[in-house]
Amino acid sequence: MKGLCIELLHNSRLVGIGSTEAFSYRFQRKNHQAFFSFPKVIVSSASFSQRCLPTVSPVVTEVEEKKTFDSESAGLLVKELRKSFNSGRTKSYEWRMLQLSNIARMLDEKEEDIVEALYKDLSKPELETFISEISTAKSSCKEALEGLKQWMIPQKVKTSFATFPSSAEIVSEPLGVVLVISTWNFPFLLSIDPVIGAISAGNAVVLKPSEIAPATSSLLAQLVEEYLDSSAVKVVEGAVPETTALLEQKWDKILYTGSARVGRIVMAAAAKHLTPVILELGGKSPAIVDSYVDLQVAVRRIIAGKWALNNGQACIGVDYIITTKDFAPKLIDALKEGLEQFFGKDPMNSKDISRIVSLTQFARLVKLLEEDRVSDKIVLGGQTDEKQLKIAPTILLDIPEDTQIMNEEIFGPLMPIVTVEKIEGSFDVIKSRPKPLAVYVFTSDEQLKKSFVENISSGGMLINDTVLHVAVAGLPFGGVGESGMGSYHGKFSFDGFSHKKSVMYRSLSGDSSLRYPPYTPEKQKLFKAALSVSIHCSSTKVHVLIPCLSFLLVKAFGLL
Amino acid sequence: METAEEVQKAVFDSREAAAMVEELRGSYRSGKTRSYEWRVSQLKKLEKITEFHEQEIVEALRSDLSKPETESFVQEIGMLKSACKLAIKNLKSWMKPATAKTSMTTFPSSAEIVSEPLGVVLVISAWNYPFLLSLDPVVGAIAAGNAVVLKPSELAPATSSLLAKLLGEYMDSSSVRVVEGAVAETSALLEQKWDKICYTGNGRVGRIVMASAAKHLTPVLLELGGKCPVVVDFGINLQVASRRIIAGKWGCNNGQACVSPDHIITTKEFASKLVDALKSELDNFYGKNPLQSKDLSRIVNSNHYDRLTKLLDEDKVSGKVIHGGERDKSNLRIAPTILLDVPQDSLIMQEEIFGPLLPIITVDKIEDSFELITSGTKPLAAYLFTNNQKLKDYFVRNVSAGGLLINDTTLHLTVPTLPFGGVGESGMGAYHGKFSFEAFSHKKAVVYRGFFGDAAVRYPPYTKGKLTILKALVGGSLLGIIRALFGWSKA
Repeated sequence: MKGLCIELLHNSRLVGIGSTEAFSYRFQRKNHQAFFSFPKVIVSSASFSQRCLPTVSPVVTEVEEKKTFDSESAGLLVKELRKSFNSGRTKSYEWRMLQLSNIARMLDEKEEDIVEALYKDLSKPELETFISEISTAKSSCKEALEGLKQWMIPQKVKTSFATFPSSAEIVSEPLGVVLVISTWNFPFLLSIDPVIGAISAGNAVVLKPSEIAPATSSLLAQLVEEYLDSSAVKVVEGAVPETTALLEQKWDKILYTGSARVGRIVMAAAAKHLTPVILELGGKSPAIVDSYVDLQVAVRRIIAGKWALNNGQACIGVDYIITTKDFAPKLIDALKEGLEQFFGKDPMNSKDISRIVSLTQFARLVKLLEEDRVSDKIVLGGQTDEKQLKIAPTILLDIPEDTQIMNEEIFGPLMPIVTVEKIEGSFDVIKSRPKPLAVYVFTSDEQLKKSFVENISSGGMLINDTVLHVAVAGLPFGGVGESGMGSYHGKFSFDGFSHKKSVMYRSLSGDSSLRYPPYTPEKQKLFKAALSVSIHCSSTKVHVLIPCLSFLLVKAFGLL
Repeated sequence: METAEEVQKAVFDSREAAAMVEELRGSYRSGKTRSYEWRVSQLKKLEKITEFHEQEIVEALRSDLSKPETESFVQEIGMLKSACKLAIKNLKSWMKPATAKTSMTTFPSSAEIVSEPLGVVLVISAWNYPFLLSLDPVVGAIAAGNAVVLKPSELAPATSSLLAKLLGEYMDSSSVRVVEGAVAETSALLEQKWDKICYTGNGRVGRIVMASAAKHLTPVLLELGGKCPVVVDFGINLQVASRRIIAGKWGCNNGQACVSPDHIITTKEFASKLVDALKSELDNFYGKNPLQSKDLSRIVNSNHYDRLTKLLDEDKVSGKVIHGGERDKSNLRIAPTILLDVPQDSLIMQEEIFGPLLPIITVDKIEDSFELITSGTKPLAAYLFTNNQKLKDYFVRNVSAGGLLINDTTLHLTVPTLPFGGVGESGMGAYHGKFSFEAFSHKKAVVYRGFFGDAAVRYPPYTKGKLTILKALVGGSLLGIIRALFGWSKA
């Protein structure tokens, strides 16, 4: 695992969005309180070298901590949680409900603190915080509170002729002790939402918030300690060393939100313990704009899903637009107009737009923008302010495909527009890239909608809007291919942290010797006959009839 | 001069594997595997294989494992046939998008979950049920519309080459392939990028498969094994119970099955009765000389034979044999063997037995058995024989395993409405029936909206008024919503 840590450090390039991209942003955190039950593993506050450019390993200096959170501490932590889990406490409906209602109460009581932490970490506008973090967490919690009883009920299933008489059910049971590694862009929601799932399924859980959103991270540590059962729900703050120490342990499930690069590391670490993973990654989510649309509405929704969504720093944010050559000028005009309406003439000073999270990310975005064949394609915006970590909403037209900006997830306020001759040409553009987390299609053409749904693979797809599909609790949220594996939200969260145990009940009466050796030719014949009939028939009547018939046959042959 | 076959074997390296995947990806991209028609036609061909080649399959299994014909028919061919029929019959409804409810936040809208194929998938199969465990996942992969490569186990060579021949003959070779081979070929395959890997086998290789999959972010379905316990309570119909235990142990490939009973746990008092019943039923089933019985599979190869005899010959174990123990190395046969009270730290109690040895562990009270089970790793299956309803309830609530079966063994996996899969050390993911279709599908969330009814409340500039409206809306009170609706129309 030391190897893993070293690998992480060496690869700490400026790409990606994972929780381990932290190294270069200077921050200090005080150990204002012990959120562990054993004080010696209080997580270190660390200070990283600020100017961490590609391939330069950061120097980790330990400041004011008693002991670093190393593999041994992580081992002890897991052991403690496993003990709580084995006691059976977390399995009870009552425990789960209590924790969930405590989370709901926390969301009500600490709204202001959350808004403040997110403002510190990202200058996130209050309304954005309210919509995309707090209220989403609230509804997720509410849904679990309302649905849990139903979710926990074993699901009865039909049994087949071959096992007559019998009954069967699928029982959802907790997996054990699970790990949630969260990220910095929606540092509150993407931490608490999986925890809600893990708790509703009856697991003990450790949350590792992102160190790149330090205010939210320490708030979460404090709130979890204050509101939840600390023998079964813990927060471990920290960066790469702490994450590495955690990943060395045996977990029963790991949910990671972040970049594909770190996702691979997480899955490889999980493989050592045969731990299943949910990986919520990102990708270049395109918005396709057909000419047959209500342009004003389309543009507002695109802006809402890009700049009004943490200023593009969202895994489901619009990464780039594909439209036709003919339609592009109209679309650009509408975007310009919409942006001005939303953020004013001077977007650098708008309070309604988040800043770039860190200097590392800022430098990465500026580099994308300054690449040779990119910098002259800017049709709007392009202003940057390193001091305030702000970049204006920027639109670029017709950038070559082989540029950096077209080959990595942008994760910021830059929006390239790719033009194609006919809108159907967008299929090739999307299919030539890894599968994205979301695809947005703006069109009133039913045929085109259908064609997208049938032919384009992505985590999710939203027709005529952006981002909102993740607010539909009846839908699984998760990626496919490079955008991740597994899903959650609503009942899918419960399922994601449960094992579906098959349970079948038989009685000891009505045993037929047909299935036992010695295998005589008569038995074989009967078996084949019975099996072929049973395969062909499936109505419930036959279900009863056939066993009776074969029972008689068996009797007749004197095999019982 | 090398023969053609040797040449072919020599070249299946990473480059060859990459070329094959590229070819399959080409056919997948063409979209042909997505159509309902293609999927059904391929499933029907698999079904035809089971119908027209039953005898060849039985022969191959006899050659690989001396598997009795009835076992081959019931547990391999019959199971596959049912899987095909079920998939063919239900595919249309499986493929239909499932509509999902939408919420206030996205009103007006509609939503559905669309099942789409993952792409090009790899199935790595095992030697113990070399026919079923190869083609059953393939049924799922095809039903879900994927291109698929099957790597059968080299330890069952006759079945492996039969599968290569039959699939080559029947299936659409642009999208369904068989790669025969051992470690080298498997490694070459594992280097490639797949969209899903289904592996059946052991935990050690499972870890290797998952670690290779991690490099490409490929999701995995791992069907592993574990020590499946049978808890036997007193006061039950012993004859039926012991027959069902025997059927699940020796009647399932002579214990070489991932869901076979690995060991029995019973009370000290009851053990001797149980042993007597097992002995007498074993006699009924396999006669006085089981080494000669045609109704028992042999041990697959000399490696496994040696492994099993090593378990049996361990110092603290060899004295515990109370039934059987006979062996015949030249025919790779070991008689059904029962051991009583072997120590927990013996090798036989530490690893999955996967053969005809059945240790019986005794406890003072039957409730003590749960502690024994939960202290170990999670098995693929756990069995309980009892008439005591409370004990059943307790077992179902507290024992974690891939699946549980009360008062019988192994039969739960013939029920297609139940997912078949492990948890923890016994694996991840599940298949069978519709679960096979789902295991090889991506559930794409799709939401449809119109352009009308756009509300400015969600857009910047963010005013205090907008925040109030949204909070009221989220708060969900009737008054709040009415107010919000007014605000909505004004905004």
